Order: sequence, then C-alpha cells, then structure tokens
Amino acid sequence: MKITNEIVEKHGLKPEEFEIIKKLLKREPNLLELGVFSAMWNEHCSYKSSRIHLKKLFTKGKRVIQGPGENAGVIDIGDDDAIIFKIESHNHPSYIEPYQGAATGVGGILRDVFTMGARPIALLNSIHFGDPKHPKTKSLLNGVVSGIGGYGNCIGIPTVAGETKFNETYNENILVNAMAVGHAKKDKIFYSKAKGINKSVVYVGSKTGRDGIHGASMASAEFDENSDEKKPTVQVGDPFTEKLLMEACLELMKDNSIISIQDMGAAGLTSSSVEMASKGSLGIELHLDKVPCREENMTPYEMMLSESQERMLIILEDGKENAAKRIFDKWDLDFVVIGKTTDTNNLTLKYKNNIVGEIPIEALASKAPIYDRKWIKKKPQKNKIDLKNLKKIKIEDALINILSSPNHSNKSWITNQYDQMVMCDTAQKSGSDAAIIRIHNKDKAIAISVDSSANYCKSFPLTGGKQIVCENWRNLIAVGAKPIAITNCLNFGNPENQEIMGEFAECLEGIKEACKFLNYPVVSGNVSFYNGTNKKNIHPTPVIGGVGLINKLSKPLNHKFKKENSFLLLIGKTFGHLEQSCFLKENYSIDLGMPPEINLLNEKNNGESLLQLINEDLVLSSHDVSNGGLITTLSEMSLSSLYGAKINKPKKLTNLINYFFGEDQARYVIEIEPHNFTKVEKILKNNDIFFENIGYTQEEYFEIEGELKISTKELFKINNRWYNNY
Amino acid sequence: MKSSVIVFPGSNCDRDIAVALEKMQFKNTMIWHKETVLPKSDLIVIPGGFSYGDYLRSGAIAGKSKIIDEVIKAANSGCLILGICNGFQILTETGLLRGTLLRNKNLKFINKDVRIRVMNNDTKFSNKYKKDQILKINIAHNEGNFFTDRKHLEELKKDELIAFKYCDEKGNINEESNPNGSIDNIAGIFNSKKNILGMMPHPERMIDEVISNKDGLNLFSSLIN
Repeated sequence: MKITNEIVEKHGLKPEEFEIIKKLLKREPNLLELGVFSAMWNEHCSYKSSRIHLKKLFTKGKRVIQGPGENAGVIDIGDDDAIIFKIESHNHPSYIEPYQGAATGVGGILRDVFTMGARPIALLNSIHFGDPKHPKTKSLLNGVVSGIGGYGNCIGIPTVAGETKFNETYNENILVNAMAVGHAKKDKIFYSKAKGINKSVVYVGSKTGRDGIHGASMASAEFDENSDEKKPTVQVGDPFTEKLLMEACLELMKDNSIISIQDMGAAGLTSSSVEMASKGSLGIELHLDKVPCREENMTPYEMMLSESQERMLIILEDGKENAAKRIFDKWDLDFVVIGKTTDTNNLTLKYKNNIVGEIPIEALASKAPIYDRKWIKKKPQKNKIDLKNLKKIKIEDALINILSSPNHSNKSWITNQYDQMVMCDTAQKSGSDAAIIRIHNKDKAIAISVDSSANYCKSFPLTGGKQIVCENWRNLIAVGAKPIAITNCLNFGNPENQEIMGEFAECLEGIKEACKFLNYPVVSGNVSFYNGTNKKNIHPTPVIGGVGLINKLSKPLNHKFKKENSFLLLIGKTFGHLEQSCFLKENYSIDLGMPPEINLLNEKNNGESLLQLINEDLVLSSHDVSNGGLITTLSEMSLSSLYGAKINKPKKLTNLINYFFGEDQARYVIEIEPHNFTKVEKILKNNDIFFENIGYTQEEYFEIEGELKISTKELFKINNRWYNNY
Repeated sequence: MKSSVIVFPGSNCDRDIAVALEKMQFKNTMIWHKETVLPKSDLIVIPGGFSYGDYLRSGAIAGKSKIIDEVIKAANSGCLILGICNGFQILTETGLLRGTLLRNKNLKFINKDVRIRVMNNDTKFSNKYKKDQILKINIAHNEGNFFTDRKHLEELKKDELIAFKYCDEKGNINEESNPNGSIDNIAGIFNSKKNILGMMPHPERMIDEVISNKDGLNLFSSLIN
C-alpha cells in the first residue's frame, strides 16, 4: 500500500516528520511501520514538546531511588521500605467515555506501580469538570466517579484522597488524573531495561482486542465537534483481570526470574517492547502470530497498536519459563513467549514466517523528534481591584457563598463511593489535608495529597507553579508528615500555541524553584497537552501529588477541633491578598489580578517549625490556610467537629474582608492546649516565625467577635447544600 | 482454634481477615478456590471482595465453585461459617443462607462507617457483645440491600436469627439509619442452627484504634471462646 499524505495525517504525523521517518529508515515505511512510528512519536509517548523543559526539573535527593524516566518514581522511606508512585492523566478518553476512561486511567497507573514490584497501597485522583450548569457536566461527573470507584473498589486498593473542581474552562475537556502509590522492598525493585541477548520475551495478562487502537495519538490532538466518533479509541477496563495480573506478577517477583518488566499502557505492545529494548540498547524480535488475541483475524497493525488493558511484557532469565508459566496458569492468565531479545538493535516484527516490519529502535526512541517550541512570557496583570467599588457584602453571606459553592462544598458524596478502608491501613481518609496510610505491619506511615490551582497558574504561571508545590507541601506538613517527593501531572492546552507553551514553560520553572528550595524532588510524572476543543484551551492545570513520611504513627493528626477552650494560633503573616481569591470569584464572579506571592523562605521556615511543634506533640489539630482564606479554614475546622471557635477581631489589619478572606500563603491554623502556649511560643519565636493568637475553641458556635455567629451544625448543612440540590 | 479463609480470584479482603484472625490467635490457613480438600477447621471465613469479578451477579460464580461444595459439607456438619460482604452474597447464592442482596437503594457503591445494633448476643459469633450494643463499623458494597420473603422474615424474627441491624448513634432503627435499603434494616443474619453468619459490614476493619476502632474485635473473641 502506498503511504499517501492523507494516511500520514491520519496517523497524527506532520509531513516533515514523515520525511524524517523516511530518512531514518532509508526507505518508505509500510503501513504497520508507520503505525508504530505514530504510536511512538505522538506527544503522549514521546514528550516531544515538553522534554527540554522537563529536563530542568529538580529530580535528585537523598531519598530518591529512581527519578523520572521509569514506570514510576521510587523513594526511600527508611529501613528496607520503598514507596513507588506516579500520577497520570486520562483526560481525553474520559471526556469521550467517562466510565471506561476513568476506570482505565486507574488501571493504567496501578500497573505502572506494580510493574516495579510494589504492592499498591493507595489510589488518589484529581478530577476537573466544567461549569456544574453545563449540560454535560453531571453525566461526566457521575461517569468518572463511578469509573474510578468501579475499578479501585473491585481490585481492592483504597481510594483515599483527591480533589474535585469545577470551572467553565473544562466544559469541553475534563481532566481525570489518577495517582497510585505502592510499597516495595528496597532490594526488590523491577525496572524496564532489557539485558542479555536471546532472552524470552513473554506476553502475560489479558488477550489483545481491537480496543484503544490509536488511543495515544487521540490523546495527542485537540477535540472538535466529531470527538464522539473517537469512542472506539477508548479502552475497556477489567479490574478483575487486573487483580489477577497484579497478584500473579507480585508472586513471580518473589524469586529472581525477571530481568525486566513493562506494562502495556499507551501504545500497547509497541511502546512496551521498544522501551525495554531502547533502555537496554538491544533489539527485540516479536512473533505476532503468537500474540493472544480476543478477536479473529487481527492484523499485525492492530496487534501492535491495540491498547487493550491488563497486559504486561516480561523478559525472563533463561530456564525460568516453566515455573513462571505455572504461576500465570494458577491465576488463569495467558502466558506466551512471543519473542526474544536480539543484538540487531532493531524492532523486528514477524508474522507467518515473514518479516512484516523492521525499524531501528533508536529511530523510534532517541531519534524521535524533540521540539523547542516558541513560547512567550506572561506579563504581570495590573488590574487592581478596589473593594470600595464593589457592592458591600456581609462577612457571613460571603462565607456562606463560599462554603456552599460547588468547589468548596463537602465532597463525601463522591468519596463515599470509593472503598477507602480496604487493606485496613487507612489511618486518615479523604476530607483532611492529606490521607495517611500506614505501612503494613509497621509503625510508620505515609501521608499523601494531590493539589492544583489552575486559576493561579492561569493568571501568572510562574507563581502558580511555585504555589502548587507549596500548597501540596503544606498539606503534608499539616498532618505531621515530612514531605519527601512529588509526582506531577501537567495538564495544558495546545503546545503549538506560543502562549500555552509559555504557560507550560513558566509553570515548570515555578515548580522547579519551589521543589529545589523545599528539597522536594519530582520523581515521576506525565504531560498531557492538547487539552481543549476547537482552539479553546483549558487553564494550565499542573497537578502535584506529594508523599510525606510519618516515622511513628500513634494518632493521625487532622483539622477537626478537638476540645473547647483550646488556643488557636495563626502561623504566618496575613497581608490580605484578594486578587484571584475565592471571595471575589464566588461573590462577584471576578477572577482578575495576580495570585498571592510565594515567599519560599517563609514557606519552608513556617512549615518546618509546625512540624517541630507536631513532633513534640504540642498540636491538637492543624489546617493549612488556602482557598477562601482564614475564615474558610476556621469554618472547615469547626464544621467537621463538635466544636466551634471564637475569633478576635484582628489588631493590625483593619479591613476585615482582607483579613479573613485574603489568600496569603505559608499559613496554618493550629489548635493547642492553653498550658502548652509558652512552649509553643518559645519554639516559634526561636525560629523567627510570625504568629497571632486569634482566639479559642468553644462549644457549638463559630463566631467572630461582633461580626457573625453560626452553629457548627448550620455550617455543616451549608457545606452540604450544593450537592443535595444538584 | 483453626480457621480457613477461602480465597477466590477477585477476593480482596482476604488479607484483612487473615490479619484479624491471627491477631486473635486463630491458626489460620488460606485456601485457594481450586483446592478440593479443606483442612479441618473450626471456622471457615468467606471474605469480601469481587469474587470472579462479580460478573453475572455478585457471588453467583463463587457459589458454584468446587471448593464451595466442601464449605457446604463442613457447614452441614456444624462447622462455623462466617461470610462478610461478598462472602455473605456467596452464602446466599449457595443456599446456606436464605434471602438475597440487591443493589443499594441509591444505586451507588457505599463506603462509610455506620452504626449497627447487636440483636442477638446468645450465639457463638456474638457472645462477647452486649445485647443491643451499638457498634460503629465500616460498610463497603454495591449490593448490600438485604431482601427476603415475608415468611423467612417472620422466621428470622421469631427464632432470633437477625444478628445485626443498622441503626443510628442512639440505637434507633429507622429509615434514616438504613444505608442501603435492607428490609427491616437487617445487616446480618444467622442460619437456623446459628452456625452460619452472613453480614455486610466489615468487622475485620474495626480491630485497631489507629486505623478505626476496636468494635469488630469481639466478634472474633466470641468465636475463639
């Protein structure tokens, strides 16, 4: 078949990229080979627009065992324990088919983690939808939530934390990011790098079907009005088979049979085999007749490009085939030797005794195009907002508007659909600053949180990038964990647009600066470009998933007030920054101006000092101050507990709106025993921390001196109001 | 006491129940569903999860598996059988317990802590609880809406075969405290000989203060008595 320009375009390749392919092959590719190139060279697999920026990220650290570049990142949490984790996007498929899209997003990220030898111990997600009033939002939300729950609940891994946000920017391109966290022994970590020649390449797991063909290419293009036609490119998930595959792989990993292992995720058999060979600087030969197929008459092209789920590729040590096969037989899974490693440095595809495709591995991997796309710097926004020009609002009404808004309302109607308790190590569930998962049979635990701040990133990406790392860091500190490392999911619009590429470059710069200063390295991640429909791009939405360590977990720390008459301290300085705040967004629909400034020095100092207080057992409850400002933080601490608070009017800042709703960073509210005040004060003063004594806890009512008084029960109702009427 | 936990493909609370049993000094063995012989046990547990993916109908395929014949034999000879969540669904599929578990009233998976009331503490499973004691316990299921015919319901009441009922913090049994639509708020039942207990809530999740509470412990300590 002659490869026409039209065929090239249909494969998502540019004419100039096709020219490079011809040069690399020194001939024209056949259709199968073109398909393989398209699978490897698309944005999703090749990171061609992002790679030069990703290289700048801060990725090293004492506790980093494996940084970006493997299936997932690996960190050292002491003793012989390692934590393996990663976040990944499944945005495009979830918009087309929300249930399966979200479900296979969970399945895919789980495989990335257990491929490396970890037993998954927690799932998290960050999901973004359009305006709740948009006609598609409700069904997308229901589909995605059921899909996430359906997969995680069935496989039996607790879904313990996440965030659900709404903004019209996602009306026609939702975001579904799933994160998985696993635990492994430090000396039992498995990598994808192939080693040795003539080793058996084994296919295990589900059979290959025609689903998901060109999924990765689909995820590398914008949507248009015909996107519904792309349904066949969405994979179908089977969590039951994944559970079997996971148990079988973990069983096989107990001995030393595996040289390398790689899951078949995006671009399926193509990407897994090429990645293993490329990392090992070897060739790989596949006999496609042997691939277990679900449907009849599947062509080599379909087999190589299918994204059927729950499949793995394993390179085995000599002579281990039979023992390994017995394990997969036990779990009723396919186990077929489909090829071998070679010294040719080629991907060789054989079918019915003919070579049907042969491509140098480096042409698919290291020689794939890399683009240094043009980008433009965002100019600081100068529109100052003068409160005096806005219609006056009572503090109480403004607070109610925030607490009952879709973005701030209680999300337990979502999290109650996820099994958060299975595995019996969930010490803290969703709804707190971070989830806490105990390491099985040990005293130590990890804290995990996912966060994003798309409006800050949109208004000024450099600050937004920094802010989101800091916010994530703060959430781990607030539950008493020492932050160790992060994974990031970078959701952006079309990189061929210079403004969007600018948002990407500057968010990344911000992330890098914050990570470096806080010694909080990035160990894994994923980039999702082309989030948009018909040239409308989403707000830049980098999502950060962080993992922290709690050395000895006696009692999980959360944000709920614990008793009456405790002192309440506000750590960190309040300036009253209202631009880009929830106050303006929820009360006046204004989203102008700059995000709050990030002072990394204060951030680090305040956080580390709070951690010191927590470690000395001086803190009853703690909560970081984020969206919605101090008053929202205090309300959240009240409405989730039996106690309220009585808050003094501020002494310095006279404008109460600025004081209570300002979103200045690096702040926390803590509850302490009155008799510990002197100790706490001494530590904070020694560390040069600015703090204010803002009031005390009391029974039943949340109160600001002379301004408002609401019962905690009423606050709880307000916080649940939106969903009950949705 | 010797216990056996039956592991089906798709079981996912098998480790959790094993941890609980071992904590309470049971000598526990895990039994893979393809095995055809059961070791002699005082207690057999069918754990929660999604046996065989819960395809077809929750518990339906497991209810026809080879090992289940052995469980039925053991049950008929008086061995104690505990089915939790998917285990309860499987027990109703085998006929060892009557009634069935429909989809939750709200048609959604529900995971949360609920209250249940101990309705009968004069059994091998519940003698360490007080009658009418209120337990805070976790549920996690899609199909936990217990239903049975009028005659069986009368029998359950008359013979005190209702083990637990969903209630509120004060012990009130009413519609508001019924999370899934179960008939008469039933959360768990015994067979007529009271050697089999099926329950939707997860006692094995409530054995540790750091994680949750210890309200589930007494179920296991009752058994070891």
